[in-house]
Amino acid sequence: MISQSDAKLLNDTAALADVRGRSLWEDARRRFFRNKAAVAGLFVLIAITLFAVFGSYFAKYEADFVDFSLMGANAYQGVPSFSSGHYFGTDIDGRDLFARTVQGTGISLLVGIVGSLVAVIVGTLYGATAGYVGGRTDGTMMRIVDILMSIPFMFVLILMLVIFGRSILMLFIGIGLISWLDMSRIARGQTLTIKNKEFVEAAVATGVSPFTIVLRHIIPNLLGIVIVYATLLVPQMIIFESFISYLGLGVQEPNTSLGALINAGANQMSNGTLWMLLYPLAFFLVTLFAFFFVGDGLRDSLDPKDR
Amino acid sequence: MSDPILSVRDLSVVFDVKLQNAWPWTPPLKLHAVSKLSFDLQPGETLGLVGESGSGKSTLARAIIGTIPVTSGDILYKGQSLMKMGAQERRKHRRDVQMVFQDPLAALNPRMTVGDIIAEPLVTHEPHTPRKQVKARVGELMERVGLLPNLINRYPHEFSGGQCQRIGIARALILKPKLMICDEPVSALDVSVQAQVVNLLKDIQKDMGLSMIFIAHDLSVVKHISDRIVVMYLGRPMEIGPAKAVTAMPTHPYTQALIASVPIPDPKAERARTRPVLDGDLPSPLAPPSGCVFRTRCPKVQDVCAGNRPAMEISASEQMAACPFHG
Repeated sequence: MISQSDAKLLNDTAALADVRGRSLWEDARRRFFRNKAAVAGLFVLIAITLFAVFGSYFAKYEADFVDFSLMGANAYQGVPSFSSGHYFGTDIDGRDLFARTVQGTGISLLVGIVGSLVAVIVGTLYGATAGYVGGRTDGTMMRIVDILMSIPFMFVLILMLVIFGRSILMLFIGIGLISWLDMSRIARGQTLTIKNKEFVEAAVATGVSPFTIVLRHIIPNLLGIVIVYATLLVPQMIIFESFISYLGLGVQEPNTSLGALINAGANQMSNGTLWMLLYPLAFFLVTLFAFFFVGDGLRDSLDPKDR
Repeated sequence: MSDPILSVRDLSVVFDVKLQNAWPWTPPLKLHAVSKLSFDLQPGETLGLVGESGSGKSTLARAIIGTIPVTSGDILYKGQSLMKMGAQERRKHRRDVQMVFQDPLAALNPRMTVGDIIAEPLVTHEPHTPRKQVKARVGELMERVGLLPNLINRYPHEFSGGQCQRIGIARALILKPKLMICDEPVSALDVSVQAQVVNLLKDIQKDMGLSMIFIAHDLSVVKHISDRIVVMYLGRPMEIGPAKAVTAMPTHPYTQALIASVPIPDPKAERARTRPVLDGDLPSPLAPPSGCVFRTRCPKVQDVCAGNRPAMEISASEQMAACPFHG
């Protein structure tokens, strides 16, 4: 039996501090960190990002330094070794492959992240607005998306790169143009289910302005799905960029990306310098796998069905 | 009597129902959710709205708070027509009329803390209130509705249904409204919690002198809380009168059937009584019966019922029924 005074004391201490609730985000974070594959993927991603940002400090050579003494002697002098300082060997022009892989990884990550950032910001706002306003506005906005989607973008992007010259900026613009289309559809679909919930009606009845309702009530509730889709979009964008670079368009020398490096390595496959292909390819694959694992983990932890 | 706080005059709400697989230019079907309903609400009065599912109770509530458009008729708030107000004026007016919803959890944004949810109307209408004051008001209200104020940072999914409904009530009360509309506030709760919430609403109504529109399909709940009752069927009023009179001596055949279907909490009495059970379902509101809409299920039906729509007649003192054969 708890005595009267004890009960009172308990009540008083309970009332002293504000109880901190556990939000749905916090629940999702806990679930995510219990998923071993996802956490491993996250660590790999962090490692790769660190590699891309700080790797150049460990390189013995500049990425664009051409060692003319190695020209034509790659197969036996440009072999990966610690003693020569070419940790990953050299490429066809006698440049340090380690430095170039660092640079390529950085640019590939940047392309992927910029692509999905554009998708998240533009796509979510566009889709949520279309879904919330509804009616004719919704119809017009989504038909515009349909029309943009029906244009073969690879073709347009290649044309753009040919006409305006190859540059990273052009690549970003091209990727930014397409990446948000799918996202806006997903966001609109989610908005349609959320906007009929009673809490949105309650906000309307209270007199909250439509813009505030979208920002305060709609977007936080569809963000879970948007985040999942964005993490799965990053590797897609990296693949997209690699394809463009593989075709010889995209990033321009002396800059490079993983796709361009893989292309260069693949051309030398029969010359006994397989490392030129394998190092960039390994980084490419590991990055993609890490992103997919993290994306899967996020989906499992944010999926409302698990709640 | 004083001036009514809310008058509803010949209110009709008609929805367009698009036929499936139809051409885009085929005219949509008309669904008459609420049809020519009129009533007055006095300050401090509680009006109960009863009727079975699909009788237009919730549509009426939503028309009054303005989340669905009114087709015809007028809603006057303190003599001012809500229909003629501009969007800006209407938004300002909304602070006086607040609503409590049916599904307690669905009415709360799962991503917001309870404190933010309760404070939302206040922050919307008085955006310059200092944070400390907002928090104090929220705490005060949480205590008023029977929640510990230190739960202010919790999230809705951490509460039970009854507690969620209290949060919804606190949110409705924070602006000190003049009129509160409760759309089946207790039908999602279990019986013991129902009683608590109904009593809470009753207390608050008495303390703050609110007018209230209380919607339920459970007559015994409505009887307990209301001063007057409107019985609705297929979007039309069947009987209007003081709560005691309507429940004790119903005059309209539909109200009589409704009262007779309320279970008696005594198995012996329940088994012993014979009750006139209504046959069939609610007719489709897309094609309501001509004349009196209740005639397809009415035990007292006669040939005249298919003719004109019966007018509201005074059937007893202060009681009105839309049936010429009342009594």
